[in-house]
Formats: sequence, structure tokens, C-alpha cells
Amino acid sequence: MIKRFLHISLILSGLILLFPSQGMAETPFPTIHEPEGKGVECVEDEDEMRRNHMKYILHQRDKTMHEGIRTETYSLAKCIACHVEPNDQGELPRHGDKEHFCSACHEYAAVQIDCFQCHADRPQKFIKRDKDMGDEQ
Amino acid sequence: MSDQINDSRRSFLSKAAVAGSITIAPGVFLHQTAQAKPDDQAVSNKTRWGMLIDTDKCAKGCTGCVDACNSEHGLTGNNRPESDTQYIRKVSLVEKQTKHEISLPMMCQHCETAPCVDVCPTGASFKREDGIALVDKHICIGCRYCMMACPYKARSFVHEDVENQTLSAPRGKGTVEACTMCVHRVDKGGIPACVEACTNDDHNAMVFGDLNDENSEISKQLKKHGGKQIRADLQLNTGVRYQGI
Repeated sequence: MIKRFLHISLILSGLILLFPSQGMAETPFPTIHEPEGKGVECVEDEDEMRRNHMKYILHQRDKTMHEGIRTETYSLAKCIACHVEPNDQGELPRHGDKEHFCSACHEYAAVQIDCFQCHADRPQKFIKRDKDMGDEQ
Repeated sequence: MSDQINDSRRSFLSKAAVAGSITIAPGVFLHQTAQAKPDDQAVSNKTRWGMLIDTDKCAKGCTGCVDACNSEHGLTGNNRPESDTQYIRKVSLVEKQTKHEISLPMMCQHCETAPCVDVCPTGASFKREDGIALVDKHICIGCRYCMMACPYKARSFVHEDVENQTLSAPRGKGTVEACTMCVHRVDKGGIPACVEACTNDDHNAMVFGDLNDENSEISKQLKKHGGKQIRADLQLNTGVRYQGI
């Protein structure tokens, strides 16, 4: 009797392992805002950017910081300029919001980014500052 | 007859060209003192950026340069003057005997042999090839050795979270920062915000330029009138020089 019970429970646990989605909530895939009116192509292929965007940004970071090379193609500012735009309600997503281009995937992949502790998370035109501090670049 | 017309036309055109160059030249001179390098070209040690400050022209009570700097870099204080960030500050000096008062802006002096670079344990404090002293905040661990080493009290530590940074001046909690000589402007061929403000206010107390270029305005003035280093005894060969002190 005990042997038979064990047998059934083993089959059951096997079934649960085979179909993990049954009864478990799946993390929804992040929705990524497509930049409008700028063409569909990013600076590199989409697959390449998904895998290696951090390498491009890191390389550019050191080039800009130490050598003063300020080409825009692989700069973080360029990412932000295209990918961060107001949503349908006219609100601008901030870093940490799921709607923010960077945060959407990084939250999904559970990879913490420190960029926005220092860097602007919005294009310059959307940055509002105090009256006496206002200065458009 | 046709020769006459051509002559008058020629003289008109040559006068027009002269007039044109006069009206265009001051604008070009004001905003494009520094020559723009191509974006993809690294800075080189052929250039050494520097600044010359004439304390006789620096107006007492004027904070034009400080305000322009704060605005340019999005420096907002927390009403704690002891610890709030400052890249540039106004200093007044009074000679005890004569009571003669001079006023001058004080900031990172962009020393050739910079003590901040010497003491930095991570290499975050560094000198660019073109003489500008910077903090690479990506590698700064916030130890503040450089702040202790600096004879000019030029550096600040960011104690609190920062929001609404400008695109060209990233800054955040836990790192040291100081005057960058507006490196983001200089790389694009511009001049520092403080110098621009001083010129726009018609004080003209600050000149920015290439110390290595004999024909630059700053080199000519330094050759003619000289320019003192503050704490010259430390032999740091500062990039910022003063007249009238």
C-alpha cells in the first residue's frame, strides 16, 4: 500500500516538474517602448544590442571620460535621447519605473544598473529644474 | 563705361567684404575662442588649457561666474554651506595694513603636478592629456584623500542623493567632484560657463585659452603682464593664473 502511494506521488511530482507553468505565475515579458519616427534600426542589430549594449556603453564611457572622444553613436545620452519618451498619458517614465526603457528589461533580468544614480534618465529637453537653475543645453 | 561699372562694383564688393568680416569677427571670437576638435579625436598634450584671471577687473559682490557654473552643472544645494557642492567660489582678500580689498574667483587650479592625482588610491583623479584635472566618478570610491590633499579646497563631496542632473554633468552621491573647466563645452570648441558669464557681464576678468599656443590671447597676456600662481611655493604649475594679487 505504502509502495503504491509512493509510486503515485512520484508520478505526480514528475508531472509538476514537466509542466511548471501550470499553477505558477510567470513573470510577464517586459514591454519595450519602440522609438517613434527614428527608423527601426538601432546603432547595431537588435540581437547585438540586447547582448552587448553594456560593452558598447562601457567602452564609450572610458573614451569620453579620459580621451574626450564625444562621438554620439554609442553614448548613453544617445540611448536615452531615442528610447525615453513620454507615455500615452504624457508622463515621462523615470528610472525604476517599469515603463522606463532601461528599467523594463533590467527588472525582468534582475540586473541592477547604477547609471542613473549620476546620469540623467531623460533627454535634456524634459529635464526641469529650479527657475534660477534653468539652462537649456 | 563697362570698365567703370566693374571698378565701382569691385570697390563696393571689397568694402562689403571688409564690413562683413568686422561684424562677424567679434561674435566668432567670443564664442569660439577654443578651436573645436573633431568628436572622434582624442585630446592631446599639444594643448594645455588654462585660465587667466584679472582681479582688478573682478567686480566685488558679483557672483556671475558662480551662478553660471551652478546652472551649467545643475548644482543645487541643501542649505548646508559647510557641505554643499561648490565648483567655484568668490574669495575676498583684505591687506591688513592698507585695507586694500581684492576679489577673485577660486576653483580647481588644474595643476600640472596635481596633489589630488598623486594621492588617489584608485586612479579616479586623473589629468587629461590637455591639462584638465578630472574625477572619473565611475572609479571614485569617495575616500576624499584628494580633498585633503588639495591646497585650494577646490573639491566637494556629494553627501546626498542627487536628482535632475543635467545631461552633460553627471553627478551622484558618494563621489568627489570639482571644476571640470567645462570639459564638455571645451571638447565642442566652447569656453567654460564662468568665463562666458564674466564676458557677457562686460567684466572681462577671465580669459580662457591654450597655454601652449603662443598666439592665443591668454599666452600673449601672460607673456606681456605675467600671471601669478596661488601658493606658487608648492611648485604645482597651475593652469589657472591670477593678475593683481
